[in-house]
Amino acid sequence: MEFFRFSRDISFMSWKRTAAVISLVTFILSVFFIATRGLNLGVDFTGGTVLEISYEQTADLNKIRDVLAGLNMTDVTVQNFGTSRDVMIRLPVMPEYSSAQLSETVLEALRQADDTVEMRRVEFVGPQVGKELLENGALALLFVSLGIVAYLAVRFEWKFGIAGIIANLHDVIIILGFFAFFQWEFSLTVLAAVLAILGYSVNESVVIFDRIRENFRKLRKVSVEKVINNAITRTMARTIMTHGSTQMVVISMLLFGGEVLFYFALALTIGIWFGIYSSIMVASPILILLGVKREDLVKLEEKKPENDGAVV
Amino acid sequence: MNRYALWKYLIIAVSLLLGLLYTLPNFFGESPAVQISPLRMTTQADTSLLQRVEDILEKAKITSDGLILEEGSIKVRFEDTDTQIKAKDLLQSTLGDEHMVALNLLPNSPQWLTDLGALPMYLGLDLRGGVHFMLEVDMEGAVSKSLDRHSSDIRSTLREKRIPYAGVEKLGETLTIKFRDAESRTQALSELRTDYEDLQFKEEQSNNRFHLIASIKPDTLIQMQDSTVQQNITTLRNRVNELGVAEPIIQKAGADRVIVQLPGVQDTAKAKEILGRTATLEIRMVDDERDLDAALQGQIPFGTELYEERGGGPLLVKKQVLLTGERITDAQPGFNEDNQAAVHIRLDNSGSQIFKKLTRENVGRRMAILLIERNQTEVVTAPVIREEIGGGRVQISGRMSTIEARDVALLLRAGALAAPMDIIEERTVGPSLGADNIARGFNSTLYGFLAVSIFIAIYYMSFGVISVLTLSLNLLLLVGLLSILQATLTLPGMAALALTVGMAIDANVLINERIRDELRAGISPQLAINAGYERATGTILDSNITTLIAGIALFAFGSGPVKGFAVVLCLGILTSVFTAIFVSRGMVNFMYGSRRRLDVVPIGKIWIPENESARKQFRYEITNPSDASSENNASDANEPEIEEKTGKRTTQPVVTEAEAFQEKSQPAAGENTQSESTAPPKKTSVSARNKRKTAARKLKKK
Repeated sequence: MEFFRFSRDISFMSWKRTAAVISLVTFILSVFFIATRGLNLGVDFTGGTVLEISYEQTADLNKIRDVLAGLNMTDVTVQNFGTSRDVMIRLPVMPEYSSAQLSETVLEALRQADDTVEMRRVEFVGPQVGKELLENGALALLFVSLGIVAYLAVRFEWKFGIAGIIANLHDVIIILGFFAFFQWEFSLTVLAAVLAILGYSVNESVVIFDRIRENFRKLRKVSVEKVINNAITRTMARTIMTHGSTQMVVISMLLFGGEVLFYFALALTIGIWFGIYSSIMVASPILILLGVKREDLVKLEEKKPENDGAVV
Repeated sequence: MNRYALWKYLIIAVSLLLGLLYTLPNFFGESPAVQISPLRMTTQADTSLLQRVEDILEKAKITSDGLILEEGSIKVRFEDTDTQIKAKDLLQSTLGDEHMVALNLLPNSPQWLTDLGALPMYLGLDLRGGVHFMLEVDMEGAVSKSLDRHSSDIRSTLREKRIPYAGVEKLGETLTIKFRDAESRTQALSELRTDYEDLQFKEEQSNNRFHLIASIKPDTLIQMQDSTVQQNITTLRNRVNELGVAEPIIQKAGADRVIVQLPGVQDTAKAKEILGRTATLEIRMVDDERDLDAALQGQIPFGTELYEERGGGPLLVKKQVLLTGERITDAQPGFNEDNQAAVHIRLDNSGSQIFKKLTRENVGRRMAILLIERNQTEVVTAPVIREEIGGGRVQISGRMSTIEARDVALLLRAGALAAPMDIIEERTVGPSLGADNIARGFNSTLYGFLAVSIFIAIYYMSFGVISVLTLSLNLLLLVGLLSILQATLTLPGMAALALTVGMAIDANVLINERIRDELRAGISPQLAINAGYERATGTILDSNITTLIAGIALFAFGSGPVKGFAVVLCLGILTSVFTAIFVSRGMVNFMYGSRRRLDVVPIGKIWIPENESARKQFRYEITNPSDASSENNASDANEPEIEEKTGKRTTQPVVTEAEAFQEKSQPAAGENTQSESTAPPKKTSVSARNKRKTAARKLKKK
C-alpha cells in the first residue's frame, strides 16, 4: 500500500508568498487575541482554589451557587466538569480564609445541603506559587528555544537554527492564540503540552533539513528552491504517516483521557497540524530568505575527498 | 551486511528479559495490608514484635495472608479491605501506644520478584489519591521572634553591666538601642559584641541621639533559615507518624519550603489540623515528697499532676510552670565528661537567669521537661539537679543511651515548630478520582497503541509488524525502566507514555520510508534495507535530541505534574531510540539478513512512477553501495559483493540488476568516500549513469 504518489516534486516554494500572508495573518490574529482576550489562566497560575466534587444524581448548580452565596462567596465559578454529576468550583484567593479552612468550609456547607457529595479533588495554589509557576514556564520556553537553536546551529548551520525556531515559536503563538480565542483553560498540563510541541514539531523541521543537506550534496546543479521542494516532497509520506500515528494516539487521549487530558490533547492537536504547516511553509521559506547556500553545508566535507578523487 | 554479531542479539535478549522481569510486578496488582512500625527510634521492629502481632491476630481469629519483617517495620497482608480495617483497629488498640499502625498497599508479586528489587511503578498522588501540601516557613516571623528575644536579652545585659541606656526598639528587621551619650554607647558596643555573636552592630547619630543599630548577621540568617526548616521538617515527620500514613514524603523544597505528601490520606481536615498544630515545652519541678502510690489510686495531691515519663514510670509534677520552651534556643545530643550520653541545651539570656535561680534553689531535686501537644502532656525527661547552673548551658545526662539522647534532643528542638508555616499549595485527590485517572491514562495508551499498530501493520506489512513489535518492546522497556527507577508516575506521565507511542513510531516510519525510497530507486533488497537503516539513523538521532532538549527543560523548570510528564518523555525518547535503531534492525537482520535470496522486501507494495521523467526523480536517490556501508565496520566491507551477485540472480525489476552491476563496475566507487560529491570526474556521474542505465535496459529488452 502506498498513499503518496508524487511523480514530480511539488513546488512548495512557489507558494511561499501565499504562505507568508497566511502565517502573518494567523500570527497577528493570535497575538491580537492573546493581547485583548488574554489567556484563561488556570488556578495553577492565578492562585486560588479549585474543588471538584461529584454527586450521585445530576448536580443542581444553582443550589450549589446558593450555598456558596450563603458563605459570602460570590466571585465563584460553578460549572459541570465532564459529566452532569461532576461539578467544578473555582474560588479566587480569599484573604479572610486561610488556605486550609477554605476548602473545608465549602465542603462542609455543601455536605449539609446534600450529603451525597463526594470530594474528588481539591487544588489550592497560593498567589506567590502561581507567579513562580508562570515564571518557570517562561524560563522553560526560553531554555528550550535556545537549546534547539544551538543544537541546529551546531548540527546544521545557524540559518537552520533560526528558521527552525521561528517556525516553532510560530506554532506556540498560534496554540496560545487558540486558547485565548476560545478561552480554554490554560493549566500547567497545557503548558507541558506546549513545550512538548516545541520539541516535537522541531522534529519535522529537522527531518526536512536533513534531506535538504543531503540534497545539497547530491543535486549539485539544482537551484536551492528545487532542492528544498525535492526534500519536502520526498519526506511527505513520512510526515503524514508519523503525524497521522501521533494524532491517532492524541485522539485516543481526547476520547478516553478525561477532562484533565482533554485540553492537553487539544493543544497537541493544534501543535501537530500547525507544526506540519510551519515546517513546510514557514521554516523553508525563511531558509531561502536567510540566503541558505550549498556552501553553507557542503564546503567542509568537500575538502577532504579531494585527495580521494586523485586516486580515482 | 544485514547481520548482527551474536553479542548484539544477546544485548537485545537481555534487555527484553530485564524489561519483562521489571514490568512483571505491575501486572500482579496490590493487596491491602497493615504496616506496624515503632514510633520511637529506641524500640525496634524485631521478631518478638512479629510474634506479638501474629499472636494478637490469631487470638482474634483474623487470618492474614502473610507477615513480613523488613526495613524496621512489620507488614501484614490481608485478603480484603474489610479484614484489613478490622485488623488495623485491633492492632491500633493493642500496640498503638508505642507503634504506628497504618493502612498500606503491598505489591502482590511473588517474593522472588521482590527479592530482585522488581517493584511496581510508583504511582503519584493523582493516581492513587492522597494529599500534597507545600508549606512555606514564615521566616519574617522567625526573625521577628528572634529579635524579640534578643531585645529583652540586651536590656538585661545592659542593666547587669550598669550601662545607662534610653531604650531598645524593634524596627523592621533591626533593633535600635538608644543611648544618651557616646561614652555609654562605646561601652555597650564592646560588651554586646562579645556577648552576641549572632548580631552585627552599627553606630548611628542623629540630632544628638546616640543609637546603636543591631541586626542579625547574614550568615546567621542563612543558618537560622536552614535550621528552622530542618527543625520544622523533624516536627512534621513526628506529627505525620501519628496520622498513620504508610509512605509519607516530607522534604525540603527550595530555601524555605517543605513538601509533604501523604498518599492515601482521605481525611484532609485532620491532616491539616495536625500539620498546623502548635506544641509547647514546659519546665516544672517534680514533687517527690508527696505520696505517689496514693496518687496512682486516684488521690492526686493538690497543686500537682500525675504524668508518665517517656520510657519510665509515673511521677507527680507541680503545676507551677517555671520556664517555657521558647527559652530553649538549641538542643543537641552529645557526651558528658564521663563519656556518657547527654543532651546539651542552650537557653537564651533571660532563660538562663531563671534557670540559674531555679537550680540554685532546688539542688538535689528533680525537674521535669514536659511536652504538651493537643492537650496531651508527656514528660520527656526528669533529671536530678546536681548544682547551680548559670550561663544558659545545660547538660542532661545519666541513665540514657545515645539513641535516647538523640530522641530527647530532637523532641526538645522539634517538639514545637521553629517558625510558623503557611500552606501555600494543596492538591488533594480523592480515591475515586485516582482510580478513574489510572483508567483514563491506561485506556488512552491502550487504544492509541492499538490504532497505531493496526495502521502501521497494514501499511508496511511485515516490516510494519516488526515496527509494532519494536513499539511493544519500547513500551515494555519504558515501563520496566520506570519501575526500576521508581520514578513517580502521574496522569501527565501516563499521557507522556501514550505520546511516546505516537512519537516512537516516527523512527520506524523514517526507516521504512527510507527503505521504500531506496527500493524505488532500484536497489537490491538487502542493500536497500541496509541503506534505509543507515541513513535514517542520523535523522532519528537529530529529531529525538531536539525533543530531549525540551524534555530536560521541562524537568528542570517544571513542578509536580509537569515533572512527571518530563520524566516519562525523556526516558521514552531513550528507549525509543534504542528500540527503533538497534532492536528493530536486529529483528530485520534475524528474519531477512541471512537469506541469500531475498527477492522482495516485505514492506508493502511500492509504487514506482510510470513515466521516464518521473522515474528520473528517484534516481537522484541512487546510492553507492559502499556509501551506505561505509559507516559499517571493516568486516562488512566484503559483503556487498555477495549481495551484488545474489542480486543478479533474482527476478527483480531490470533496473535494479543493471544498476547494481553498473555500480559495481564503476571504479569511482571508492570504499572510503563518504558522499558522492567527490572528485571532478564525478560531476557528470548522474547523467552518465542514467545513460548507462537506459542502455542496460535496452539490452535486457532484447
